[in-house]
Amino acid sequence: MNRIIEKEFFSENVVRLEIEAPRIAKARRAGHFVIVKVGETGERIPLTIAASNPEKGTITLVIQRVGVSSRRITELEVGDVLTDLVGPLGEATHIEKVGTVLACGGGVGVAPLLPIVEALKKAGNKVVTILAARNKDLIILEEQIAKYSDEVIVMTDDGSYGKKGLVTDGMKEVMEREQVDEAVVIGPAIMMKFASLTTKEYNVPTVASLNTIMVDGTGMCGACRITVGGKTKFVCVDGPEFDAHQVDFDEMLLRLNGYKEIEKGAEQEYLKSKDK
Amino acid sequence: MAVTKEFLKEEREQAWRVDIRKLLKNKERTALTRVHMGEVDANERILSNIEVNTGLSEEEAVNEAKRCLDCPDPTCITGCPVEINIPKFIKRIEQGDYLKAAQVLKQTSALPAVCGRVCPQEKQCEAKCFYQLKMKKEPVAIGHLERFAADYERESGQISVPEVAKGNGVKIAVIGSGPAGLTFAGDMAKQGYDVTVFEALHEIGGVLKYGIPEFRLPNSIVDVEINSLTKMGVKFENNFIVGRTATIEDLKEEGFEAFFTGSGAGLPRFMNIPGENYIGILSSNEYLTRVNLMDAANPKTDTPVISGKNVAVIGGGNTAMDSVRTAKRLGAKRAMIVYRRSMEEMPARVEEVKHAQEEGIEFLNLTNPVEYFADENGRVNKMRVQKMELGEPDASGRRRPVVIEGSEYDIEVDTVVVSVGVSPNPLIPSSLPQLETTRWGTIVVDEEKLQTSIPEMFAGGDIVRGGATVILAMGDGRNAAAAMHNYLQDKLNA
Ligand SMILES: Cc1cc2nc3c(=O)[nH]c(=O)nc-3n(C[C@H](O)[C@H](O)[C@H](O)COP(=O)(O)OP(=O)(O)OC[C@H]3O[C@@H](n4cnc5c(N)ncnc54)[C@H](O)[C@@H]3O)c2cc1C
Ligand SMILES: Cc1cc2nc3c(=O)[nH]c(=O)nc-3n(C[C@H](O)[C@H](O)[C@H](O)COP(=O)(O)OP(=O)(O)OC[C@H]3O[C@@H](n4cnc5c(N)ncnc54)[C@H](O)[C@@H]3O)c2cc1C
Ligand code: SF4
Ligand code: SF4
Ligand code: FES
Repeated sequence: MNRIIEKEFFSENVVRLEIEAPRIAKARRAGHFVIVKVGETGERIPLTIAASNPEKGTITLVIQRVGVSSRRITELEVGDVLTDLVGPLGEATHIEKVGTVLACGGGVGVAPLLPIVEALKKAGNKVVTILAARNKDLIILEEQIAKYSDEVIVMTDDGSYGKKGLVTDGMKEVMEREQVDEAVVIGPAIMMKFASLTTKEYNVPTVASLNTIMVDGTGMCGACRITVGGKTKFVCVDGPEFDAHQVDFDEMLLRLNGYKEIEKGAEQEYLKSKDK
Repeated sequence: MAVTKEFLKEEREQAWRVDIRKLLKNKERTALTRVHMGEVDANERILSNIEVNTGLSEEEAVNEAKRCLDCPDPTCITGCPVEINIPKFIKRIEQGDYLKAAQVLKQTSALPAVCGRVCPQEKQCEAKCFYQLKMKKEPVAIGHLERFAADYERESGQISVPEVAKGNGVKIAVIGSGPAGLTFAGDMAKQGYDVTVFEALHEIGGVLKYGIPEFRLPNSIVDVEINSLTKMGVKFENNFIVGRTATIEDLKEEGFEAFFTGSGAGLPRFMNIPGENYIGILSSNEYLTRVNLMDAANPKTDTPVISGKNVAVIGGGNTAMDSVRTAKRLGAKRAMIVYRRSMEEMPARVEEVKHAQEEGIEFLNLTNPVEYFADENGRVNKMRVQKMELGEPDASGRRRPVVIEGSEYDIEVDTVVVSVGVSPNPLIPSSLPQLETTRWGTIVVDEEKLQTSIPEMFAGGDIVRGGATVILAMGDGRNAAAAMHNYLQDKLNA
């Protein structure tokens, strides 16, 4: 259990792992996540289940290195075992046939977007997907996403691949051009904030999948709390998906930085310890 | 499994007990003064997580044991939720046979070293001691003696593992590894059942591990008790959320025939006042979990924790006291309790309040927060509080706090720990729509049998009672095991 059986680099800092976890593979639905801890002194961090294979008994995680804990995971090799892995957590995505869905993934947000795109397509929707990143190297899972999308639009900040521009530019183009019935946005909080403001202009109902800081992931601590429609919600049990137009993204952005200083120091120290 | 008067009487007439009673006259016994357990000096203990109470020496324990009159009608037992045979274990201590004393404890309590430390003895067994009831004297230090016997056994390396009946092959699932689940598991294993305990977190022990701090209950002590259960054949599966990782139905398919839910009251409450989501404001569950379960204060671990300089803890229970004392140990200059009632109404154990005071914790009683303020980064820097006064008693018999108009003032803070109570963990009830619950989210059970509306599911501890105590959770685990055994036997014979 918890053994890594495949590892692949999507880019220098983004890694895909396939992990033996038969129970989770069987129980999970699109939108679910797991909590992972590497090493006895490791931290518990949430990661979306990007795909699962119940027959084989495996789940797939796509991890972007941003700090110590995500780095520890990406440094594991095939045959290594995750110290702790628990899930599936969160509410599954509500999948329905609504017509045309605009799916937008920013950076590593494409990983959690993949299973949702797949499920939306299978439910009979027309799916237009926008993949956005700073540059070409950071665009991931394009092929897999294309398999379940009627159209894929790639946007890069620097124009090194696809169209030059922000995710919101691509979104506007699609919403100008055709009737969009629903939007799903997943990515960095700042991207979700602006994507959500954009769909609001066009009156398109929008779902965002929030990536707050978590500890237990089971509703026990409240570290993941945010404000939705004026009410406090726990992302790990009430979410991670919410009506994007109700989410207080500014508060979420602040809360995400709650441990920034400590974490930065921790990463520098970790890298130093590895140099020795 | 209630102990009968006849049984107690029979035991009391055993030769060794009679002999011990004869050693001293009752008058001599009552003339002795109650032992005082040693404590690490407050200035020293706040520098680390060292356990505050140092335990009794053999001599102190024997002297204290002499005070116990071995009453013909031992009222103390009625104060103990698991009905420990108190005079019997105490007389074993007086006799110098500490290992036998520990065995007496183990007949009814799966975690004596834990209870000896965290039980609210002053409200339970000791409140019903003859000394307290009839002589208005300090009661026998039952809790201290319990801790002594359990510690002695552990340190002697001669831990007795309770006898286990021959395996009957019946598979039982336990949901949650807090004191309720552990006690239940032990009792079922003793009767020969094949027991598996499922725990959502990566560590076994429930609140004993993630909530109660090292300085009150070292994790190593909980681990020894869990080890005993492993030796009895109990299996543990951590990182397993019943209702998520697998459903009750899945487990039934895997051959589990009956279930005990001891999933606790893990959901933190907030006050829903303005600014409560600013950075630096966290639930006591989060604060204590980071420090206790994740060992966040240790620089070798990856989990961070904010160690504030001005820390306010909102609430007056054990959890609040543990949080504020933890803050002190993390280096807070000012660690404050902000509680809306007065000192007398505080639900925390008397000992905890006393220790907190010694450690320099400030108590802002009759004070309630109304709003938080933050700097430009969203980090809390100020809290507005208002003063309260006590009005008429409410339903709980405690005098209701009433706001004093115009009494607001501001306090500088950089960390706030909200410790105003917990709600039952909704994971199990929400995955079992047939399960009957109250409107507070607790599971409805038959009071004696602890059986839920689903016949093969029993439940106990905080998920049934709301936030209660370790010993009540253990009592539930014990009663549920007895009732489930009967239920399964009846089913088998039907
Ligand atoms: C439900 C959920 C699903 C997620 N799924 C994935 C996934 O599939 N793949 C993936 O790579 N990541 C995912 N994340 C984010 C991932 O959990 C964080 O990147 C990770 O916890 C960071 O830990 P760290 O120690 O490496 O970085 P830290 O040192 O903790 O943080 C480094 C930097 O990242 C920021 N950060 C910290 N935590 C988060 C967070 N939760 N989200 C965004 N930024 C954060 C910090 O502000 C800091 O600037 C998910 C988060 C949630 C809540
Ligand atoms: C900080 C603090 C201090 C306290 N101090 C004292 C004290 O001094 N004296 C005292 O008597 N009491 C004290 N208490 C109260 C006491 O700890 C609780 O009443 C007691 O632990 C309840 O036991 P339990 O077995 O019902 O549940 P818990 O100890 O809460 O354990 C429940 C376990 O179930 C797990 N779980 C939940 N859902 C699932 C699921 N679906 N699948 C698998 N596992 C699951 C949880 O992760 C948890 O580990 C304190 C509580 C706290 C929080
Ligand atoms: S378990 Fe608690 S109540 Fe019972 S005798 Fe021990 S300290 Fe007293
Ligand atoms: S009531 Fe007090 S004195 Fe009497 S048996 Fe119990 S502990 Fe001893
Ligand atoms: S992560 Fe602890 S409550 Fe959501």
